[in-house]
Order: sequence, then structure tokens, then C-alpha cells
Amino acid sequence: MTQAPPKSVNMRIDGHEVSVPEGSTILDACRKLAVETPTFCWAENLTPVNVCRICVVELEGARTLVPACSRKAEPGMSIRTDSARVRLSRKVVLELLGSSVDMSLSETFAKLKSQYGADPDRFGPRAPRAAAGEREAAEPGHHEVPDGSAAASVGQPVKVDNELFVRDYEKCMLCYKCVEACGTDAQNTFAIAVAGRGFDARISTEFNASLPDSACVFCGNCVGVCPTGALMFKSESDLRERGEWDESKQTVTDTICGYCGVGCQLTLRVQDNRIVRVTSPSDHSVTGGHLCIKGRFGSTFVEGDR
Amino acid sequence: MDLKHLEDTPTDAERQAVDDVVGQSRSDGGHALAPDARARRSLLLPALLALQARRGWVSRGGLGYVCRVLEVPPAEAFGVASFYALLALAERPAAFAHLCDDVACSMAGADQLRAAMEQRFGAPHAPEHRAEVHTRGHATKACWAKSPCLGLCDQAPAALVTVAGSSPSAQAFGGATAEKVAAAMAGRAIEPASYAICANGPRRLLARAGLVDPTRIDLYQAHGGFEALHKALAMGPAAVIAAVTDSKLAGRGGAAFPTGKKWEAVSKAAATPRYVVCNADESEPGTFKDRVLLEEDPFAVLEAMTIAGFAVGAARGYLYLRGEYPKAASRIAGAIQQMRAAGFLGSQVAGSGFAFDIELRSGAGAYICGEETALFASIEGYRGEPRSKPPFPVHSGLFAKPTAINNVETLAAVLHIVREGAASYASAGTAGSPGTKLFCVSGRVANPGVYETPFGTPLRSLLEMAGGVPGGRPIQAVLLGGAAGGFVSPAGLDLELSFEGARSAGATLGSGVILVLDDTIPLVPMLRRIAEFFRDESCGQCVPCRVGTVRQEELLARLESGVTRGGVEAEGLLLADLGQAMRDASICGLGQTASSAIESALRVLQPFPRSTR
Ligand SMILES: Cc1cc2nc3c(=O)[nH]c(=O)nc-3n(C[C@H](O)[C@H](O)[C@H](O)COP(=O)(O)O)c2cc1C
Ligand code: SF4
Ligand code: SF4
Ligand code: SF4
Ligand code: FES
Ligand code: FES
Repeated sequence: MTQAPPKSVNMRIDGHEVSVPEGSTILDACRKLAVETPTFCWAENLTPVNVCRICVVELEGARTLVPACSRKAEPGMSIRTDSARVRLSRKVVLELLGSSVDMSLSETFAKLKSQYGADPDRFGPRAPRAAAGEREAAEPGHHEVPDGSAAASVGQPVKVDNELFVRDYEKCMLCYKCVEACGTDAQNTFAIAVAGRGFDARISTEFNASLPDSACVFCGNCVGVCPTGALMFKSESDLRERGEWDESKQTVTDTICGYCGVGCQLTLRVQDNRIVRVTSPSDHSVTGGHLCIKGRFGSTFVEGDR
Repeated sequence: MDLKHLEDTPTDAERQAVDDVVGQSRSDGGHALAPDARARRSLLLPALLALQARRGWVSRGGLGYVCRVLEVPPAEAFGVASFYALLALAERPAAFAHLCDDVACSMAGADQLRAAMEQRFGAPHAPEHRAEVHTRGHATKACWAKSPCLGLCDQAPAALVTVAGSSPSAQAFGGATAEKVAAAMAGRAIEPASYAICANGPRRLLARAGLVDPTRIDLYQAHGGFEALHKALAMGPAAVIAAVTDSKLAGRGGAAFPTGKKWEAVSKAAATPRYVVCNADESEPGTFKDRVLLEEDPFAVLEAMTIAGFAVGAARGYLYLRGEYPKAASRIAGAIQQMRAAGFLGSQVAGSGFAFDIELRSGAGAYICGEETALFASIEGYRGEPRSKPPFPVHSGLFAKPTAINNVETLAAVLHIVREGAASYASAGTAGSPGTKLFCVSGRVANPGVYETPFGTPLRSLLEMAGGVPGGRPIQAVLLGGAAGGFVSPAGLDLELSFEGARSAGATLGSGVILVLDDTIPLVPMLRRIAEFFRDESCGQCVPCRVGTVRQEELLARLESGVTRGGVEAEGLLLADLGQAMRDASICGLGQTASSAIESALRVLQPFPRSTR
């Protein structure tokens, strides 16, 4: 059986002609032209959910902006990636995120914030954190009426319910990546999902059960894809808490996992002779960035201080 | 799938409620008969609603049982259940009252009603204050909460009362008082309030509403029922689509998309099966026209769906009805049964070779599920989160198959077009907007209700037809098109009610809302209520809408209190930026229009004097 060569699609981005294979996204075309396009919720090893809207671009003839990460390239499209409308939407998206979520561990966010001149404080001081359990108790269609003196946030205490990773949902931008990694895109465990509605939407197990009581198998694939540090290895979180996290003292080594014969590539981050983070390259042919509990936590769990 | 399930056991009653849903779908010859995962998943919301109706809330044992029967991961089922306002995930008494505090009701004493309720039953949701009411001889507890628009604005203030149990009941009624609500919670039937059903031209959409008993198929037939269906079956699908295209019928759900074009695209789509969906989610604040059609002329809506199915080549239709319309639900369910018995639905529609059946699906309290792709997700058993377009529903809609989705009123208009032809249809209305339109007139007018008028009628004439403002007070503003529409100032009342007339006035007809505010109504709290609505009803998926609607409400709170951030002008600029980003970068129409009415009020009514701090 011979396959027809893929058709190509010709379009214009910021006035430049570009040709990409059929099925490509606007983002693919932008990257081909080296036009920088920011992303948060997109990842090469996950199905696009296009929810963060930082990647929006202006498509000639369209009423609204369109998400570059998921909108398919079509013949004759004409795209602007740096118009006033694009810049305003990206700036406001950054401000909305920055005013409601702790984005302090996202280097992408810090860079974009200064690039777009985003000022999250325009909406007022961040409101105090919710008490534990308060956000989970919110009912869809109901909320405390605000007085506008402070900007509501997703602030809440960190959830520590196991030895392997912590969940600091004050840092959750609701990018859906962890849900996808736990579901059909990698793990097929479905331990977590989005629950609640609107601003009270959150990542949750059934009835807010602790992870050990849930379906979670501790593969850590959700930790591997989280862009904001909301999900973090306990080893890393403990060091950060003690003020001992020090990237200048860290080395990064690649190795092949020895637990079984599959041959997953592991990237080990080591500080003071201790493995503090284990990842796998998202373009690796075997793992696609995803691991199991042994590869992900075997070494930290053995060596970490319990 | 190898799923880890909850270990909690359901009660016998919960088990029975879920089994009944699964069994019912089997005996319905339902789509869900097929033993595949997709069909099972699509029973998730019906099963959760059954648990809610049985016990008054969805328990761990109940949800766990649903997950085992339908093979759904518990975390996902919890995610779905926690999306809907009519499903409770914490223990609640059997009797529960939802009291509307939305725009029309708050102008009609909703605040006083809630105060009276609070005195009698304690604070909303506060379990320690739940008072005893007597339900069919058993003492049970009751509690209440406020609710967005219940689609009874013509009878404001409105309430929806549900009583869970082995024979659960739900009643939505206007003219609500604390006494009536208490009586309903005790299981007594409440006398319906009255409202106007009027026309000032040809009575097409309202041909039977209020005049013919809507519960009897024989009377429907005696008054022109099924004539259009017989004619359509004789004409053939292509001719039906041609007639609808020629009529220039445009969607009445808000977007005004040409219906003929939509049907044509579905009929030509290669993939099968194709579906027809009637969008009866009607939840736009101020909207109740579809309710009147569904309650007072249910056979007409179902006949039109059958014609749509014939035209596009579908064998199955779904009618998705908002969960707050119990009367419409029973009328539609009854009409479907009678049509099946009389051979108008089933394997040989009206004796022809065309096979078609309709399934009624209930929503569960989520405005966003009226957005077409969110509606599909809801039927499929997922959270009501809109999907990106393209692909459009005509290519990939319900169950990712080609789908013709139309508003109730759009479908109802098809009957005249098929029976009398496109030329006759255009004998009323304007060149750009042929035909007639239903308007939902409420607020400060003498005779609130649903009005059928040819397109092109001036807004002012329609207000006169509704008896004008009681006591002859001056009009302060009209909210046109709903919360996603905009305000018209007294100077703009000559606006011509047609798609092109609204467009040239910078307005939109939206879902046909005409909500009148006289000069005694404080405008700012109304704007705030609209902001609150969008904050509550955002699905939460995309950043501009999820956070933007929160910031918009906070901003209005500051404007209302006068404690602004840098003055009224600065707040105006902030709102303009927010509005622009929500319009441009949100996934769906909810976020895209969340600031429309508020920005229009600031533009045409100047409610905030510049001198405010
Ligand atoms: C937030 C939102 C809510 C909507 N709610 C409804 C609704 O309740 N009923 C409706 O018919 N259309 C509603 N729509 C419009 C539908 O998405 C869709 O356009 C319509 O059902 C198409 O039918 P039509 O062409 O007959 O109007 C809504 C759209 C949005 C964005
Ligand atoms: S660790 Fe694995 S199984 Fe557990 S929640 Fe994360 S992705 Fe799902
Ligand atoms: S926890 Fe991380 S990966 Fe999951 S939604 Fe939040 S930010 Fe995204
Ligand atoms: S615009 Fe609002 S309602 Fe629509 S998808 Fe985004 S968050 Fe959901
Ligand atoms: S990266 Fe495109 S929407 Fe998030
Ligand atoms: S029913 Fe209360 S505002 Fe519509």
C-alpha cells in the first residue's frame, strides 16, 4: 500500500508566506517561521484543550481571535500574531492569571509579563487565601457577593496527603494537563478530573478524596506535565520549604530506567547527591514524557528523607 | 476499562432509581440501547437526576453505583455532578425551593419573598435552620436557595420547588409568596399564575397556544396539526430544505444563522447517523417564549422536529429541555407518547417509509448548556463545556456526528413555511427579516407575556401593545435581547424590531427579551445582578471568561459602592480592556457577550456620575 504524500497548506503569517502539511495547526506554521507564540495549556504530548487563550492570534475575516495551538491551518488564511488586539488579549489573560493564581514558579509567565507589560495588580490586592475545604464546598451557581476591595484568587492551603508529591492548587491555572495525562492521553487511570463550575472549577478526585484513597497509582505523570509547579515532587517541595532548593547546586543526568525492560529514558535532577526530580523527555519515542511509579519515584523514594 | 470504584453501597431506593433509568432507556428503543460505552456514558446525567429526584441529593453510594453500572470513572462522574446547580452533593432535605432573584423578579418583590422565607425557614442553605414542613403526612425538613432566571419573568416573582421521594414532584410557578412556596414544599399543587399570550398580526407561532388543549393529540389534529408533516413527506427532503431556505428563516436562539443553510449542510454531510436536536434550554435571563410553545403547543415543536429529521436524513432527535421547566417536561413527554401511539413517531412516520423517534433529555441547572456544543457534551454525559468551532455541528455535532440543532421557536416557524410556502411566510415581516417573531415582554409593563408580532414593528408599539408602564411612569431603559443583549434608552424606543433594525441601532434581538425598567428601578443593582449571572454561569474552562467575569463583578461592586480604584473613568477603561479580551479571546458566546449589556448601559445610560470617588 502506498500512501499519497501529505497535501500542503499555504497561508500567510504577519505577511510572510508559509507552507505546512495538511493537519498542521497555526502554531506549527508560526514555529516554522520562527514566530514566537506563547503557550501554557498546550503540550506536544497532549491533546490540545485550548483553554488558557494565551496563544490567540488574529485571523483575517474572523469575528474573534483564534487559538493558534489548536486551530488547523487552512489554505489562504491570513494571520497576524502581533496586532493591537492580540497584544491586548494576551496582556489581559496574563493579568487575569497573575491576579488569581500564584504564577511565581512559571518562568514563561515572568517572561511574558514583562514582554506584554501586564500588571495583575490593576484589579486590586489579592484576596486572602480560602481556608482548607472552602473552595471544595462552593456550589455551582452560587458565590459570596464581593465588595470589590480585593481580587478573588484560588489561594488555599497546600494539599499534602502522600509521600511522593504535593498539590498546591494556589498555583493551579486550570490548564487541564494533569487531567489529560491521568486520562486517555497517557495513564488511563482517571483519578482526577475537573470539578465545580466557573471560578470555582478545580482539579479534584471524587468527593475530594485524598490521593491514597482515590484511584491514583502514583505514576507522577500529572506532576511531569504541570506548567506552574502546582504539582510538585515532595522532595523538591520539602527543599523549597526549607529554603534549600538551589538550582546552582544541581546537575542533570540522562539514564535508562532499570526497573523493567521497556527502556524508558529518565532525566534525573540531583542536588547534594540526592535525586530531587525525575522527568522524561516529552519527545522520547518510548515514554512520550510519561513514566510509571517505579521510574518516576523509585529513586527519590529510596533516597529521599522520609 | 479497569476502573477503581467507590466502595460505598447505595440504598435500595437509589439502586432502583438508577436501574429504572437504564431500563427505561432500553424499553424506549433508545439510542442508549446499544451496549457501547458511548451510549452508557450518555445515561450519566439522567441517572444523576434520578438520584437527585429520589433522595434530594446525590450520595456517595448513589454516585458510586451509577459509576459501576455505566462504567464511568468516579472522579469524572463527580466532575459532571458538581457542574450542575440542580444536583446537590451534600445531604439535603427532600423539599427544596429555588427562588428567582434575577432581573425581572427582583423588580417584582423577590427580595421581600426571600426575607419572608428566611424568617420562616432560616437562612438559605443553612442546615441548622431547616424548618419542618409536612410532605404527604411525613414531617421532613426543607431549605431554599436563590436562583437565576426561571423563565417565568412574565409571572414574577418565580419559584421552583422540588420534593424528592418515590413519586418525586417539581413545580415551577409565578406569583410566588412564602405561603405558596411552603405549600408547594408540603406537596400541594399551586394554581398557575396568568400571563398574556398576544399577537398583533397573523397568529402563526401562537396559532394554538392558550386556545387549544395542549394535552390531546386529537385536538391538535383538529386544529391543523400534522398537516405540515404530511405535506413534507409528500414533498421530499430536498423540497423541504428549499422552502426553508427560500423563507430566509434565521435561527431564533440568538445567533440568527440561516436555518435552510444549516439543514442543507447536514443533509449533505457524508457521516451517519445524523441527528436533530431541539435546543429547549432557554435560560437567558428574561426569556420565556420557548416555555410557552413547549407547554401550550408541544405537538407543534415535535412535529417540526420530525420534519427537520426527514429533511436532513436523521432517524433520531433529542429535545434538550432546561431542568427548571417541569410542566413543559410533562407536556412534551406526554406528547411524545401520544405521537408514538398514533404512528407519528416510530418506524413508519405517518405511514411513510421514514423512521424517526425523539428522546427528551433534561438539563440540570446550567445556562451554558444552551450553547450548542456544551449541550452536546451534556447529552453525551460530560461536563457542559463548549468545544472549539470549527468543526461546526453540521459536520461534527452530537456524538461527533452531523447535527442540525435549532431553537424551539425556529422549529415552530417551519410549520407555516412547509404548509403555506416561503412566499406566504414573507407576507409578514420585512425584506431582511421575513415572518413573525415572539417577544418576551416583562418587567414594568401592564401585561407581561409573550407577544407574536411581524418583524419590523417598532419597539414602542410593542410596549404599547403590552399596556405600557403601569401608572404611566416614564421608562428608564429597556433591556433588549437578554443579559447577553444590551440596554436601549428612552430615546431609542423607535428601534424597529428586525434583525437589520436592531443591527443598525447597535443592538441585538438576542432571544427576544424586552425587559422594561421604569424610573423607580435602581439601575446599578441590575447591572450587578447581570455581572453576577455571568460569573455564576461561566463553565470555567477558559481564562478570559472564568476570571474575567469575576473581575467584572468586582468592578461593578466598586462602582456601586463608590469606592473605586482610581475613579469612575479608570474603572471604565479597565472594563473596556476586560470586555475586549473577553469578546476576543473567550471560547464561546458566554464569555464573548458577558460584558455587552453592562458596557451598553455605560454607553447609553451613564449610570455612574463622574463625580464619584
Ligand atoms: C451561552 C449561550 C447560551 C445559549 N443558550 C441557548 C438557549 O437556551 N436556547 C437556544 O436555542 N440557543 C441558545 N444558544 C445558541 C445556540 O448555541 C445555538 O446557536 C442555537 O441553538 C441554534 O439554533 P437556531 O439556529 O435555531 O437559533 C446559546 C448560546 C450561548 C453562547
Ligand atoms: S500520579 Fe498518575 S494516577 Fe495519580 S493523579 Fe497523577 S497522573 Fe493520575
Ligand atoms: S495542577 Fe498543574 S497541570 Fe493540573 S490543571 Fe493545575 S496547573 Fe495544570
Ligand atoms: S467563554 Fe466562558 S462559558 Fe464559554 S468556554 Fe470559556 S469559560 Fe466556558
Ligand atoms: S496554548 Fe493555546 S489556548 Fe492555551
Ligand atoms: S423568572 Fe425571575 S427573572 Fe426570569
